[in-house]
Amino acid sequence: MPYKHKGIHDPTSMLKHFFTLQWKSFFRAASFKTNLAFKILMIFMALYFILVFLSLGVGSYFIIKKQGLGDPLRVVNRFMIYYLVIDLYVRYMFQKMPILNIKPLLYMPFKKSEVVKYSLGKTVFSFFNWMHAFFFVPFSIVLLTQDYDPLAVISWHIAVMALFYCNNFLNIMMNNLDKVFYPVVALLAVFGILQYKGWFDITTYTAPVFDAFFDLPYGPVYAVIPCLLLIVLIIASFRYFRKHMYLDGGLATKHEEAKTEDFTWLNRFGNLGTFLKNDIKLIKRNKRSRTSVIMGFLFILYGLLFFTGSMEVYEGPTWGIFAGIFVSGGFLFSFGQFVPSWDSSYYPLMMSQNIQYRDYLSSKWYLIVFATVITTLLSSFYLYFGWQAYLAIVVGAIYNIGVNSYLVLWGGAYIKTPIDLTSNKKAFGDKQAFNVKTMLLTIPKLALPLLVFAAGYYLISPVAGYLAVALSGILGYVFKEQVFKLIEKIYKKEKYKTLLAYKETS
Amino acid sequence: MISVHDITKTYGSQTVLNIPHLEIPKGQSFGLVGNNGAGKTTFFSLLLDLIQPSSGKILNNEVQVDVSEAWKPFTSAFIDETFLIGYLTPEEYFYFIGELRGQNKADVDALIGGFENFFHGEILGQKKYLRDLSKGNQKKVGIVASFIGSPEVVILDEPFANLDPTTQIRLKQIIKDLASNKDVTVLVSSHDLIHVTEVCERIVVLNKGEIVRDIQTSPQTLKELESFFAG
Repeated sequence: MPYKHKGIHDPTSMLKHFFTLQWKSFFRAASFKTNLAFKILMIFMALYFILVFLSLGVGSYFIIKKQGLGDPLRVVNRFMIYYLVIDLYVRYMFQKMPILNIKPLLYMPFKKSEVVKYSLGKTVFSFFNWMHAFFFVPFSIVLLTQDYDPLAVISWHIAVMALFYCNNFLNIMMNNLDKVFYPVVALLAVFGILQYKGWFDITTYTAPVFDAFFDLPYGPVYAVIPCLLLIVLIIASFRYFRKHMYLDGGLATKHEEAKTEDFTWLNRFGNLGTFLKNDIKLIKRNKRSRTSVIMGFLFILYGLLFFTGSMEVYEGPTWGIFAGIFVSGGFLFSFGQFVPSWDSSYYPLMMSQNIQYRDYLSSKWYLIVFATVITTLLSSFYLYFGWQAYLAIVVGAIYNIGVNSYLVLWGGAYIKTPIDLTSNKKAFGDKQAFNVKTMLLTIPKLALPLLVFAAGYYLISPVAGYLAVALSGILGYVFKEQVFKLIEKIYKKEKYKTLLAYKETS
Repeated sequence: MISVHDITKTYGSQTVLNIPHLEIPKGQSFGLVGNNGAGKTTFFSLLLDLIQPSSGKILNNEVQVDVSEAWKPFTSAFIDETFLIGYLTPEEYFYFIGELRGQNKADVDALIGGFENFFHGEILGQKKYLRDLSKGNQKKVGIVASFIGSPEVVILDEPFANLDPTTQIRLKQIIKDLASNKDVTVLVSSHDLIHVTEVCERIVVLNKGEIVRDIQTSPQTLKELESFFAG
């Protein structure tokens, strides 16, 4: 049979190709086994969220009613603006962009518009979209059973779901627009605080918008607006992608203008300064490390859950220490955890250059110590919640410096997953987390200080509890030399395996 | 300077390198040629202690490379882009390597000043990070960085690949100049027989992990190599 040119006009065969590609990229990934474990865990996470959303969807009507907060629908509408913005934030952080992997398809006999359609269409089925249905569908059903007007409920439901889909496309177009994105989130946080304090309530202005979708007789008419908006966004993002599907356009990796920096003030640290300079540049200039560090500093706020008494399960002094470890150790956990993977892309250089492991490790250690001290100073506002709260943080910081700083460096020797510095999408929950050895190392990181504290607190006196934790930190610091020798040995032993692992996937 | 004793490297049942004996005297310019998979990069990686030998040992100036790290101060290499730090500018990278090798900024500036011709105005002061440079320009940076701090052993894996013709010609001159210094041992691998015969005094041919030719370069060498590879 003669060859028949059909590829370009046959979307179904093209779809088939795309799906087989996707399938192969999943099963043939170099680290398929760990990947699978990771994916299974992700499924469990997803199930967990589904369950939470479902029970909220079913239960929130009755909970709100019982609390006497007013009409449950109006209450939900009040907080809708926050829900939407937080959803956008979560998407921005975690939802994968559809443009990945389409480079090799550009010159293939598919119409470009088909590729764009497929890539955008794929996002519609993303978990980030349908998870909201688990809340809104049962919630709307409950509303119907509670004798709300069916037409009003349906028009409200459709309008709100359309808004969440709008988020989906907004996120796609917003990708990599940090300059727009962070101010918006900051603004929302400010509004949140203002509302919490009762100074200014933005929801009095936004709630009527959502109410309008419900209130008859014009609800269904207003509900058309978000649907139209959605259509506009779909068309806009389609056009946007279609237009930018060139190697030097939307598919190009963005180049920042580089500036040579000296950091001469670090020269006084000698060899150590050389590495510190590099680490600072590493953090400043790479998306992934920057995100990790920012998240690390956000841990400072984690203590609010404990010390404001807003979470009942977290009351009790022992949890204070737990909070102290996290508040002062944000950087340690988010950045320190992944030493030496930060240097994975040039590890062969580091291993063949004139470098002593000792200097390399020390510089990372000092970085962790500096960051811990700074965080501890920054979190001094916890004094507002009483001196015990801040004492717990200071004691946690001492333990972090004296013990946990070694433990993260030690654990790092076993983490052999290379880090792609330029990509952000795995910043949270990478498969590294599933290394048995690193899991075991979290026990002394978190559980041990709690035990030490509880022992001192309940057996002797409250002060003894804090003292015991601080003392174990100081003790760890005293043995720095010995511990570093040990860690150095482990790094040397793991060197070849690490080099190989970094090579395989990078 | 470098002596290899019974070195083998096997992966599973496959032996990728097997060199019973090899001596590279100080000051020699040594060329390594072979087809893909002949073991060139494996040999260099063993020399730099980036992989472990299955048996045997390599001595670099009397230092056994997988036992002591004392070879590092006088040895430098550029193997591939994993020797570059992508988020640094070329200048910062040179200074970083310089600091590791005990060279201050002025020393480094003096050295890289001598390579302006080689850089062809595309490296210094470009306001670009290394990761944003083209492959060829990245290579130029890596090669020049390996000259920082007067190393006694310089190892370059495929230095001519990815370079434009002008740069290849300039690089040949640079390597020749380097080799004329009798304190510096230069090890170069290449797929390009012409380049390697031009810059190396001695050429060793690897085939499937074994040394099959060991030639002192002469006017006949190129012919000899060509007839060998023509099979």
